[in-house]
Amino acid sequence: MEIGLSHYLTVAAILFTLGVFGIFLNRKNVIVILMSIELMLLAVNINMVAFSVHLGDMVGQVFALLILTVAAAEAAIGLAIVVVYYRNRGSIAVEDINLMKG
Amino acid sequence: MQIVTALFFYLFASITVAAGFMVIASRNPVHSVLFLILAFVNSAGLFILLGAEFLAMILIVVYVGAVAVLFLFVVMMLDVDFAELRAGFLRYLPVGALIGVILLIELVLVVGSWTITADVSARATAPVPPLANVTNTEALGRILYTKYVYFFEAAGMILLVAMIGAIVLTLHHKEGVKRQSIPRQVGRRREDGVEIKQVETGKGI
Repeated sequence: MEIGLSHYLTVAAILFTLGVFGIFLNRKNVIVILMSIELMLLAVNINMVAFSVHLGDMVGQVFALLILTVAAAEAAIGLAIVVVYYRNRGSIAVEDINLMKG
Repeated sequence: MQIVTALFFYLFASITVAAGFMVIASRNPVHSVLFLILAFVNSAGLFILLGAEFLAMILIVVYVGAVAVLFLFVVMMLDVDFAELRAGFLRYLPVGALIGVILLIELVLVVGSWTITADVSARATAPVPPLANVTNTEALGRILYTKYVYFFEAAGMILLVAMIGAIVLTLHHKEGVKRQSIPRQVGRRREDGVEIKQVETGKGI
């Protein structure tokens, strides 16, 4: 019943896969795509902390803190763009976002 | 003691994975955000089991307190027909499931076939001090504010840029609303406001 590194890595792998799966599943809804990205970043953070603890190195936790910062900034900017786009166009469906002909 | 730890690990891990699945599968985006909060809280429990208390608390404060509430605000403020956005949900299910399964198999192969050398803790850049001497928070603070202070400052700059960016993006001035303009008030001269009329005696203007 020893809970080791591989248990945490498995949880993180499943969570990361769920994030990728969510992007494919909800490819019309920007907000759920942003939430899927948050899930993937959470999985990466679990990896970082698990390795940091099991290798006895604090740097992993410092890096996890930086990932958390970037995730918060990304969510704030992404949601701001969504709000502005909705105000201008009245829709946030991903297919309608083709202003730059991408 | 070990069995309790294992029990808590499986509790937190299963709830995290189930909540993560519900985030992408639930019909209503508000429920998605609430399941996201559940996933964050349970992974904070996983962090506590690992011994990273500070990150667990930060996860709850930053993610649940700020990011998830931001999501909730945006979902509730936008008047979007989310049912229409879900159309084609099943069409993308096979390809998404295929890619997800391939990715999961790859990740499990990497995790399963990997061994860590025995002397790895001797090479640590910043070794974890023994828990009896300093707590996790203190150990993190000791290296975050000394050795990694530039990274810390960079994180602060990222947050500042994100804050300014979000304000600049969403702030908009409505036309036709009277506003106080201090330069105009200060730059106002007597000639702009006062007009002298010479009125002849006995007559009106």
